[in-house]
Amino acid sequence: MIVASKKPIEEIIQSVQGSKRLLIVGCNECVTVCEAGGKKEVGILASALRMYFMNQGKEMTIDEVTLERQCDKEYLEEIKHMVPNYDTILSLACGVGVQFMAEMYKDKPVLPGVNTTFMGATLERGVWGERCAGCGQCILAKTAAVCPVARCAKRLFNGPCGGSTKGKCEINPNTDCAWQLIIDRLKALGRLDDYDELMPIKDWSKDRAGGPRIVVREDIRL
Amino acid sequence: MQYPPTIRIIRVPCTGKVDLLHILRCFEKGADGVYVVGCMEGDCRFKTGNLRAKKRVYQAKEILEKVGVGGDRVEMFNLSSGEGPKFAQIATEMTQRIKALGPNPIKGKLIKKAA
Amino acid sequence: MNQDIELKTPSKLEKILKLGHMAVTSECGPPRGSDADLIKKKAEIIKDYVDAINITDNQTSVTRLCSLASCIHLKLMGLEPILQMVVRDRNRIALQSDILGAASFDIHNILCLSGDHQSFGDNPTAQNVFDIDSMQLIQTVRHMRDEGKFLGGDNIIRPPKMFVGAAANPFADPFEIRARRLAKKVKAGAEFIQTQCIYNVPKFKEWMRQVRDMGVHEKVFILAGVTPLKSAGMAKYMKNKVPGMDVPDEIVKRISGVPKEKQAEEGIKICIETIQELKEVEGVRGFHIMAIEWEEKVPEIVKGAGLYPRPKV
Repeated sequence: MIVASKKPIEEIIQSVQGSKRLLIVGCNECVTVCEAGGKKEVGILASALRMYFMNQGKEMTIDEVTLERQCDKEYLEEIKHMVPNYDTILSLACGVGVQFMAEMYKDKPVLPGVNTTFMGATLERGVWGERCAGCGQCILAKTAAVCPVARCAKRLFNGPCGGSTKGKCEINPNTDCAWQLIIDRLKALGRLDDYDELMPIKDWSKDRAGGPRIVVREDIRL
Repeated sequence: MQYPPTIRIIRVPCTGKVDLLHILRCFEKGADGVYVVGCMEGDCRFKTGNLRAKKRVYQAKEILEKVGVGGDRVEMFNLSSGEGPKFAQIATEMTQRIKALGPNPIKGKLIKKAA
Repeated sequence: MNQDIELKTPSKLEKILKLGHMAVTSECGPPRGSDADLIKKKAEIIKDYVDAINITDNQTSVTRLCSLASCIHLKLMGLEPILQMVVRDRNRIALQSDILGAASFDIHNILCLSGDHQSFGDNPTAQNVFDIDSMQLIQTVRHMRDEGKFLGGDNIIRPPKMFVGAAANPFADPFEIRARRLAKKVKAGAEFIQTQCIYNVPKFKEWMRQVRDMGVHEKVFILAGVTPLKSAGMAKYMKNKVPGMDVPDEIVKRISGVPKEKQAEEGIKICIETIQELKEVEGVRGFHIMAIEWEEKVPEIVKGAGLYPRPKV
């Protein structure tokens, strides 16, 4: 899933300063799972902002709504009757949702409430880790299902580098060395000989380097 | 057992049931202080309920500090069910703390709005 | 020794190694500014005691005068530079371009490295590149040299003639894979290796045993890395704070056991003893002396280890 974290409240306060009627919109999917932008987080943020602005003596209406997803127009449409009542929308969805919201409600300023960070999963309560970098050409079959693009700090295809220490990366003693993980898994699968093969140079044109990407399926387009 | 009459008690089956939102909404509606009283750490019948409550109280402190209400207005205490006198002592201590801090700054603004 | 040797490049280092001599290389760190005299002076100190001189490439991700320009300065002095190239800061276009830049000045040695992560240096907020990794860089240089072609397929006018090297760290984890990784680098085309500095000689010997078991020591020239310790403080720092470094307790104890003003001397002694011991290890074809900011000690070390004078080829 897409993992995001809450923006600091000071930053949000700054960005919504000029608003008199604010709608905070949450999302029921990824940001709910990583406890950054779901219904609960919307409630907490709304309450905090109301207290802040009340304290400042400022008249401000702050309302809440949470959609199933913000990356599908069908769900964004559900609030089309509400939106005209507000001057600003604060979306707690990931960067995709914020932009889709802005594309749908063209004349309303749409602000982000979270910092969207990576594609990953829950490792334990309160901890989410990066797993996929969206490189466009998955090589997990060659690396025993551990991704060197997302999990190696240097994106090495023929690692580990000389800084790997006790299974951890040189940049942070809490970060696993991806190549240690790959080697351990290859060993466990009895395929350590795969390690000796040289991985070829990556085609980064399929990655973000090639420009903003689009997937088109002519076989399903009407 | 005597404790100040200004306390309003809300009973929950476990402090783990207390959500951050409940705490914030109290202050939003004008409460001067909120405190959460849970079982001794390690004795929670539901294992980690009181630990979650503690985390939420600390989250509340941070938010209340940032929005200008004040993080000292919320607190977490632990005691065992048999400690009646300690319950009264906590109530008194918290009341004194809140009296010293004064009323919730929002209260004044709420009253103004209603007027 | 005048047997028929096949030289792939005009590199003096390649010639010395292929003639069967023990090679000696050392390294200089460029200055944090544009004063070339600072690097030239360091090279002057060591030039008669080594066969070739490495110039580091923004080592530890700290921005410095680039390795390429420094190598050019050394080449113009008549010395034999080894261009160090990390893949952290440049994509394949820039890497190939810089290789040609070096070749245009007839620089004949290159060391292909990954590079320390930028979070260690003076620009931790910078983007990193890692378009290709160090092994793929080795393949690239060999491809440019031996096929005379760019990665993209076009022909190169006057291909580079470079002797290709790589680094090896017998002390990083996982240990069991380190000799295999060396084999991989050789498969990719590495012709000489400089190892991370050695304090744990038994562990190095074990690594060399694994390397010999695979026959790799006959396919690549291994230069054992050594670094003289300046003080007990330096020994402790390297032991605890530098990833991939192995400094045994006995070494720390030994240098801590002498009074502060004698520690540098003891460090040099340890270094010379290490070289003497490593000379006997089958497969070690030379030494790479890393005395960063202590270049003035290189002559003493080379002499003390019986490696002076350097052969004239």
